[in-house]
Amino acid sequence: MNRPDREAAVRRMMERTPPQVPPGLYADVLRHGARMLRRRTLARRLMWLLLLAVSVAFLVWALTVHPWAEPPSETTPPLTGW
Amino acid sequence: MRQRQASANARRAREFEAFVAGAAGRLLHAATLLTAEAPGDNPRARRLLTLALAHTYACWDRLRGEDPYDRARQYLATRFAREAWHHGLGRTRPHPANPLARLTPQQRLILVLRLYEGVAEEQVAALLGLPAERVRAICDRATATLLHPPRGPAATAAAEAKAATS
Repeated sequence: MNRPDREAAVRRMMERTPPQVPPGLYADVLRHGARMLRRRTLARRLMWLLLLAVSVAFLVWALTVHPWAEPPSETTPPLTGW
Repeated sequence: MRQRQASANARRAREFEAFVAGAAGRLLHAATLLTAEAPGDNPRARRLLTLALAHTYACWDRLRGEDPYDRARQYLATRFAREAWHHGLGRTRPHPANPLARLTPQQRLILVLRLYEGVAEEQVAALLGLPAERVRAICDRATATLLHPPRGPAATAAAEAKAATS
């Protein structure tokens, strides 16, 4: 028996007894799928919210601290006695 | 605006329902072959099918011309592979009414994808992360096991006992 014959025999064996599709399948699928979508939407919203909060916090911090301004020098010796 | 969205939702629901009506039977048969359960009593296969179809529903709007059947089948196969990997081989008990009951989960997966679903060897290999030659070898061995079964349950029991003692 060559390869195509063997494969055809296995195919026939597998196709012999098809199971019945349960009647409540579509409702189950919709329930699961809708829950999955809701969770994804929620996760996406939370992520955007977090991003927004982080950028606002950074902006406020930058405006109050002014990290780009050069700090006054602290290494020059004090000029005394002239 | 809201009306247009409602009509888009209705169309989407109709399309998805038609897809499920067309694909569920074949996918459930494939899932039952994978889990090696009896055709009349297949809770694991039904669960796999529900999850795969729900996943397809969740990404229905982002398919962009891709075949939803392909997507569902791919999810089914990878989910089954992951569960077989995590739960080990001993937890599930194949039912003798299923023609693939004698095979291991990996052999069943490759046989179903290759011969029942007709997926190309290279695609199966890419999906499972195996070399194509290995897929071919596993498929050949599974075919041989199915067509030339070992003689009776006594012979397999004796072989297993021998393998356990040695």
